[in-house]
Amino acid sequence: MTDAIRAETVSIKGHDDDEIEAYAARPLHDGPRGGVVVIHHMPGYDQATKEMVRTFAVNGYAAVCPNLYAREAPGADPDDAAATVRAAGGVPDDRLVGDVDGAARYLNSLDGANGKIGVIGHCSGGRHAFLAACSLRLDAAVDCYGAFVVNEPPAGMPASMKPILGLAPELSCTLLGLFGAEDGYPAPEETAVLSAELDRLGKAHEFHTYDGAGHAFFAVDRPSYRPEAAVDGWQKIFDFFSRTLSA
Amino acid sequence: MCTYQTHKIAIDGSGKARQGWISLTDATVYVDHPVHMQQEHTVNIDFLNPGQGPSARVAVELTEEAALALADAIHRALAAAPPGLAAAIRGGQSVRAGVGGSV
Repeated sequence: MTDAIRAETVSIKGHDDDEIEAYAARPLHDGPRGGVVVIHHMPGYDQATKEMVRTFAVNGYAAVCPNLYAREAPGADPDDAAATVRAAGGVPDDRLVGDVDGAARYLNSLDGANGKIGVIGHCSGGRHAFLAACSLRLDAAVDCYGAFVVNEPPAGMPASMKPILGLAPELSCTLLGLFGAEDGYPAPEETAVLSAELDRLGKAHEFHTYDGAGHAFFAVDRPSYRPEAAVDGWQKIFDFFSRTLSA
Repeated sequence: MCTYQTHKIAIDGSGKARQGWISLTDATVYVDHPVHMQQEHTVNIDFLNPGQGPSARVAVELTEEAALALADAIHRALAAAPPGLAAAIRGGQSVRAGVGGSV
């Protein structure tokens, strides 16, 4: 068995069969292996997110991150693309679901795919991960501090940003939630409401809230990085995917 | 947190971007995560020309104190100059070279 991976920019079919850019990485050894769709955060399809894609490949998964801003800003720097999409009101929820669906189909088309698909997202991507898991048939979902799943956003938010707790009955897989106790969006009270609703619906979920951590504690290039929470969080992610994405 | 909130205005001006000087048509102001500054949230201002694509952008990320000081300095600078000196319209006429018409 080799630990080599292949990582590259690819083109995949997203929502409405649009051809969109994506960053993919996979182990070079034969499968079977599960697939992970990585949903980038609001600042965009950036280096840190691509590093996460490679990390999943190093750990035995095929992974792909669709560039959610590819339509508005093809080829642009991630920060310029994020600014463009932000000024235009953000990514519509239905388009996000279509792009994740396309990314899942791409992963399942690869040699060695075992047909199991997990999704993970941070920040805005955390809300998107929950949205995708309630809209598509998936095998695992990880929500890292996604806000506005439960609570109404403050006035002035884009119309596309609305609570989606009402989708919880459609949650198609176990949800792993990783949150910071010092985060205000989502605050622990908000994630507690989500947990209670999933309990009520009999939907499997595992939530962990880290003391001493706020928003974006996984972000190694930001002052919000909290190594203890992030290291433990990564262990929980890989433990979760080993249970949910095995053949 | 990501605020998602964006205050957008139409502007008339020029700025120096990576590709050189460009005309600017839009500006957005938002308090959210910066890309470069090592602080969790900053006041971010993008000067844009969407017609020239995403890279037609001049961006700054400021602390709250710096942003407010900048706003004050703009007001002071304008107050210290003759009224209307930098206005786009004076006496009902555009003052820009090559731009005709009146309002």
